Amino acid sequence: MPKLKLPAPPLPDRLNPRPKRPGSTKTKPLAEAGISAIDWVDERTSLSQGARWMMFRKIPKGTNWFYTLGSATLFAFLSQTVTGVFLAMYYRPDAAGGAYESVRYITNEVFLGEFVRGMHKWGSSVMVILIFLHMARTFFFGAYKYPRELNWVIGVALLVLTMAMSFTGYLLPFDQRSYWATIVGVNINGTGPFVGPYLSDFLRAGPEFGATTLARFYAIHMLLIPGILAALIGAHLYLVAKLGTTAPPWIKADDPVQKEEKA
Amino acid sequence: MPDRHQTKSKYTTDRRIPGAFEGETVTRRRFMTASAHTYGGVATMMFVLPSLAFALGPIFEEQDQPWQDVGAADEFDEKSYIPKTITIASGVGEAGKSTVYMRRFDPKIDKEPKDEYNDFIAVSTRCMHLGCPVRYVPAAERFICPCHGGVYNFRGEVDGGPPVRPLDRFYTRVRGGRVEVGPRFSVNREIKRFSPRDPGQALDGIGQYLYPARPSIRKLPNT
Repeated sequence: MPKLKLPAPPLPDRLNPRPKRPGSTKTKPLAEAGISAIDWVDERTSLSQGARWMMFRKIPKGTNWFYTLGSATLFAFLSQTVTGVFLAMYYRPDAAGGAYESVRYITNEVFLGEFVRGMHKWGSSVMVILIFLHMARTFFFGAYKYPRELNWVIGVALLVLTMAMSFTGYLLPFDQRSYWATIVGVNINGTGPFVGPYLSDFLRAGPEFGATTLARFYAIHMLLIPGILAALIGAHLYLVAKLGTTAPPWIKADDPVQKEEKA
Repeated sequence: MPDRHQTKSKYTTDRRIPGAFEGETVTRRRFMTASAHTYGGVATMMFVLPSLAFALGPIFEEQDQPWQDVGAADEFDEKSYIPKTITIASGVGEAGKSTVYMRRFDPKIDKEPKDEYNDFIAVSTRCMHLGCPVRYVPAAERFICPCHGGVYNFRGEVDGGPPVRPLDRFYTRVRGGRVEVGPRFSVNREIKRFSPRDPGQALDGIGQYLYPARPSIRKLPNT
């Protein structure tokens, strides 16, 4: 008998499986095998506890479609991760012409290359738009207030990191637009007083846009920031599950005094 | 009930800890904890510090700016600019090339002090707003930037638009009848030479203090 029991959804009786007839020996060997494999892992990790804690949470009355914007952003991030990993299989960060050539090759020659690159390119804009919608939802529903301030702060860090992803990713196709947009972007960074000049030297790896600038942007874009992003998303989700979500502002809290009077 | 922490002696012998000896104040448990943390910190710093220095190194390393031949001295005059291509970053092909506009020093309009490095004026095409490439328009006798409408006069001084200072220049010298273009320098409103600054960084007023010179690129000393 499997030990793992997942909570059953509240289905009407006629949709629930019929109870076994007494004396019946019919079993489903495939399902049993699957469940016992999960059991084996669960017995050694107790992962089902965590999964249950994360997935089967109580949510407030009035929860609506606006509450899906955060998961939508998460899925945009996952899509960027997967397409990005596969783009990296063909991309070459070579400023002497190889980068542009490899992007041209991805777009024109690789099977579904244009599609995967398109998903990554347009997906980045989608992710930024979703982040702002998610942020607006949090703001207008007052979901940033106590005790969720830290989650707002983490969210702002995630927004800034996503912007940094957009900035570093823009250079990678290495066409005229990327090149000059990056020159302008680095120089905007340079206008910060005192630290600006050193910041732009750091971004360019020197005083001029040179041989290692593209490699530097590539490393920041695909190794440094994604790692930090993933870790912070984990913290963001942990706090959502721990603190729970808020009801929309138009939902009145149940007043126990009023309830008693009515009854 | 008295506070336990207050009455505790700092000597391990007074606290009757097994194996304690005279005058000992740090328990072995605390000593081991502290040393494990120290070793962990040292081990982490052993790879973090070199990696950081590796990434930040280019900020402190002065870039080599070699002199480059751009043509014969009699090729250039005072009246108009002639575009020449130089390499400002090696190893990146076309992306490392840049245009300089060349003309002869004209005492009638060039008021900056004359020295061995400005027989010829080499004006950089890097717009001092945010770094787009300006072009010289002979009919207007002006440098015009395609991005945000920066306009510079014949000497490269700001005529209009968002740029914060005149166009950068390069040192020039004549060797055996050939003109050579050397390191870059930035100029303020009086065409005084400064170590190169990036676009968008003003050099007039407090600008030169807000945007200090960087170790990675310097003007020639004493010029």
